[in-house]
Amino acid sequence: MKGTIFQRREPLNDTQLLMTITIGIFVVMYMLAVILLGGGFLHAQQIFDMLNDNASLVIVSCGLTIVMIGGGIDISVGAVTSLVVMSCVLYLNKGGNIFISILLAVGIGLVFGLVQGFLISYMEIQPFIVTLAGMFFARGMTTILSVNPQKVDHEAFSKLRDTKIEISWLGYKAKNGNLVPARIELGVVVAVVCVILAFLLLKYLRLGRGFYAIGGNQKSALMLGINVKLTRFMSYVICGLLSGISGYVFMMHTGAGNATNAAGMEMNAIAASIIGGTLLTGGVGNVIGTLFGVLTLTTIKKIVVSSGLNDPWWQSITTGGMLCFFILLQSIVLGRRAKKKKT
Amino acid sequence: MKEKFKRLFSGGLGQMTIPIIALALLVIFNLIRDTSFFSIGIMHNNDGNAVLSGNIITIINGASELAILAMGMTLVTAACGGQDISVGAAAAIAGSVFVKVLKASTAISGGTVVLAFLCACIVAMLFALFNGTLVAVFKIQPMIATLILYTCGRSIAYWINGGATPTVYSSIITAIGGFIPGIPVPTPVLIVVVMALLFRVLFHFTSLRLFTQSVGINGDAARLNGINSTFIKLLSFLILGVCVAVSGCIGVSRLGLINHETLLLDIEMDTILAVAIGGNSLGGGKFKIGGSIIGAYVIQTLTITLYAMKVSSTDVKAYKAIVIILMVVIGSPVVKERFGKFMARLVHGSKRVSVKGVEE
Amino acid sequence: MQEECLLTMRQIDKRFPGVVALNGVDFTLRKGEIHALMGENGAGKSTLIKVLTGVYQMDGGEIRVEGKPIFIKSPQDAQNHGISTVYQEITLCPNLTVAENMFIGREDSVWVRRGKYEKRAEEILMDLGVPARSTQQLGDCSLAVQQMVAIARAVDMKCKVLILDEPTSSLDDKEVQMLFSLMKDLKSQGVGIIFVTHFLEQVYEVSDRITVLRNGELVGEYLTEELPQVQLVSKMIGKELEELSNLGETEEKNSEEQEVFYEAEGLSSSAARPFDFSIRKGEVNGFTGLLGSGRSESVRAIFGADKVNGGTVKIKGQEVKITRPIDAMKNGIGYLAEDRKRDGIIADLSVRENIILAMQVMNGMFKPISRSESEAFADEYIKVLNIKTASRETPVGSLSGGNQQKVILARWLLTHPDYLILDEPTRGIDVGTKLEIQKLVLKLAEEGVSVTFISSEVEEMLRTCSRLIVMRDRYIVGELKGSDLNQTQVMKTIAGGEA
Repeated sequence: MKGTIFQRREPLNDTQLLMTITIGIFVVMYMLAVILLGGGFLHAQQIFDMLNDNASLVIVSCGLTIVMIGGGIDISVGAVTSLVVMSCVLYLNKGGNIFISILLAVGIGLVFGLVQGFLISYMEIQPFIVTLAGMFFARGMTTILSVNPQKVDHEAFSKLRDTKIEISWLGYKAKNGNLVPARIELGVVVAVVCVILAFLLLKYLRLGRGFYAIGGNQKSALMLGINVKLTRFMSYVICGLLSGISGYVFMMHTGAGNATNAAGMEMNAIAASIIGGTLLTGGVGNVIGTLFGVLTLTTIKKIVVSSGLNDPWWQSITTGGMLCFFILLQSIVLGRRAKKKKT
Repeated sequence: MKEKFKRLFSGGLGQMTIPIIALALLVIFNLIRDTSFFSIGIMHNNDGNAVLSGNIITIINGASELAILAMGMTLVTAACGGQDISVGAAAAIAGSVFVKVLKASTAISGGTVVLAFLCACIVAMLFALFNGTLVAVFKIQPMIATLILYTCGRSIAYWINGGATPTVYSSIITAIGGFIPGIPVPTPVLIVVVMALLFRVLFHFTSLRLFTQSVGINGDAARLNGINSTFIKLLSFLILGVCVAVSGCIGVSRLGLINHETLLLDIEMDTILAVAIGGNSLGGGKFKIGGSIIGAYVIQTLTITLYAMKVSSTDVKAYKAIVIILMVVIGSPVVKERFGKFMARLVHGSKRVSVKGVEE
Repeated sequence: MQEECLLTMRQIDKRFPGVVALNGVDFTLRKGEIHALMGENGAGKSTLIKVLTGVYQMDGGEIRVEGKPIFIKSPQDAQNHGISTVYQEITLCPNLTVAENMFIGREDSVWVRRGKYEKRAEEILMDLGVPARSTQQLGDCSLAVQQMVAIARAVDMKCKVLILDEPTSSLDDKEVQMLFSLMKDLKSQGVGIIFVTHFLEQVYEVSDRITVLRNGELVGEYLTEELPQVQLVSKMIGKELEELSNLGETEEKNSEEQEVFYEAEGLSSSAARPFDFSIRKGEVNGFTGLLGSGRSESVRAIFGADKVNGGTVKIKGQEVKITRPIDAMKNGIGYLAEDRKRDGIIADLSVRENIILAMQVMNGMFKPISRSESEAFADEYIKVLNIKTASRETPVGSLSGGNQQKVILARWLLTHPDYLILDEPTRGIDVGTKLEIQKLVLKLAEEGVSVTFISSEVEEMLRTCSRLIVMRDRYIVGELKGSDLNQTQVMKTIAGGEA
């Protein structure tokens, strides 16, 4: 077995190539941040903070990546996240059980995934329209539940929320000389587990390869005997499920529900997936790339803020710029490869 | 008999069937709910003009920006097989430019308004050109390409007026956003009519329709037949840019101020819906602008109906979603096929007839 | 009938709106036989295959495999019943590896056992002599290799029935021979093979039995050795074939003294190596060579379909610049592309719109052809070319292949070109239409139109062309005319014989 790995090295395929570029750019960018902005970026806590703040985005982006690999799109993910947060907050505040609240979160996500997947796959309605309606529905339901922000007031949940993994050797000395250990929220653990599971699914499961197949060429996939409808259906179900989990993680991070929660998250998730090397045309992509997509997106935002450009509009302009850069890069890189292939 | 059903569900009228039925159902629903819902009256507005009033006028007036954007979006959808999701943000930019130019002049005359509109138009077209270049030259999927402007467009609008929300006082602007003295029909409605006529003229005196459809259906073949598909795609974006500028300026004129955060917020979603409800394939190809316009009015009727039923503006989305889903489910190929088979069976007794399914 | 029946289809019906595609068709496949399924385009071959593979649901009839009635609802069902198909167009996923393409959709577990699959794939590929690695991305392989991977997949599926739908159209001779020996191999193992093709010689080379369909109905089932080629053709097109042999006699016209219409020197494009070429007014010449020899690339360069890199082009002695298709069209050149589906038809548009397209483009965007005018044009050409369509407003995608080709021909004829390039105009279409197109080419030449004709069937080119340009490995290696224009000489030149 070992022999075969080293025997013949295949050139990077499209997915690997785009992912490598993203990781490379992330590393370069991070080093740039260290050099230009110094100290703060050297602390391990900086990376953990980035993960702490974006755990739910990572989870949502994973789901979206899976859907996008299958050649679809789901723009309801942010709204579903928001609905899950609001539902769980209200449920917990009524004195609900914490385990049931988790089930509630997963359940809501699952229902969205099932319904949208059914409509897209079995009723053959365009995914953009279905998930757009899903987004409207989830956003509307959130405000119907409560227009006012709600804070969680639940003992067990507070404990869960405040549970953090502390790694002292990765910590740093604060100004007063105390050692501040690096803190990782539970949500990050959930996110990492999700990424790993999604990665394994995409790489080693029949279903996962099916996603690539239907995204690469749907007609072929059908001819190859893949149950295209079921496969597509499953991609939305998984995405919905992850949106539900993401909602719970979001709530664990903020501890409150607000109608504007996760506003624009779907677009951030799409951006992260694209930066991570997923093609909207389907068939190409990887969740590891997506993880780095989120990190890259966050790093650039941090750099902008640290550079003193505090206005919120700078952030969106740099995000737009980043997106433009990566989209063009993808287009050029893949275009060149296609040309090379021809000759 | 069979032919009739077939036409109703697949051919000619087919594309328009769903939006027209939806519109009719909404109207009937409203009539049952409140018989006076569609009464049209004449009242005098603040300026003392006799103007039309009533829910139906509110609907038609309110859908103006949506209808105009839907026309442009139809063309982009047809040529590029994708949608521009930055129209709301671009309209905010156009509106900001419009106000900026108006503010720069000391007195607002008809000339300055035209100048301001032209500036807004040019800026909107420049941004459309940016989107169009990404799509047509770099071959990036439209939704992704326009995601860039969607992300940062409103920030650019913010920057144009330095973060302020300046107000414009002018009778001309009020007239554009409301009523021209002496004409009882709201001006935005007139603008929609003018735009629709312009599209009509455009398609009559050029072969843009044929070229756009060719590019949308089979770009390779179109190129080998001498059609410059890059140009056609760019052109569709530029035309959408004009639509964006027009609707941006209408939006600004209605309120007499520019709010880059809220101007035509979320309209891109409604626009794409209008195109889809109008029976146009979001994958490009054949299109009917008329369908999109009806689609826009369907959406607006739905929204106003919900408002009239005392649904709060934030909750409207949820109900809208349900209606939209119902509509697209009814219009979906699977349901159409089943229904077609069912109808055919009714007509032909137990004879087996397959209605859908075309040989490749 | 002593042989064991592997597959029987009885009284198969299939209807589409306005069309009866199959009407009570019977088909029987025995164990260990290669059974050719023949018919014109629109005869119902593809429909029958698609019913058998579960792409379409039949409206009536019965399918039995080894005596047991089965119901095929999806391609997967078909696979489970041991029916595998290799389609004309590659139906694999270019973004997956070769091994994955061979095993996806039929894994035995929820997990993908990559190592096992790759090893097994490597073995099969080696066995069949397919020049691909199992870990290679399929999209990186040539079309021929992709096709062979598809066959390798079917072979490994231990299928009882193997359907090969036009498998040889993208293979060169060597690869075809490889495929045939593979087919014979499988036959000896008891696999029943349904072979759909337009190449008559290939049918006679490998098949044991022939079933002929015409207009959705069964004409008959014959033993190959008992059915002479001429009879087969006449059964396919349903009329006796004096015309076929007559055509040859209209030859021998001399266009030597005519003026040169088009002349290129050192013309090259992103796909074609520099070459010289010229054609006289009213001349019919042809590019020939194996697939990938550069024949299509060369004519594409003439038309400006690929990026033109260099060379000078003269039309009627005047130097012109042709870098885009529109330039060529303005200079009176028309080009019927090799790939009808991809580069030719605009499937969703009507026959009428497809016919006027090129003319409209030449008129420019601001001079639209009026509705009544375009209807008149469409009607005229539907009549002249005998295009079989329900109406001029029928979407062209729903016509049969031959009729689609005629629509594209009409499109170019409407522009009244001085020079028409026809790249494989007869590929994948029925014998009758082939003949019509050949006649049309000769008629055009008589009217003074220059024509460059490309076809995979050398015989066809010999019938129509007065000069053949032979290409090999993307270079022009010879030019044949006059007495050199015979099958042996052409083959020799293509193969690179020094003799």
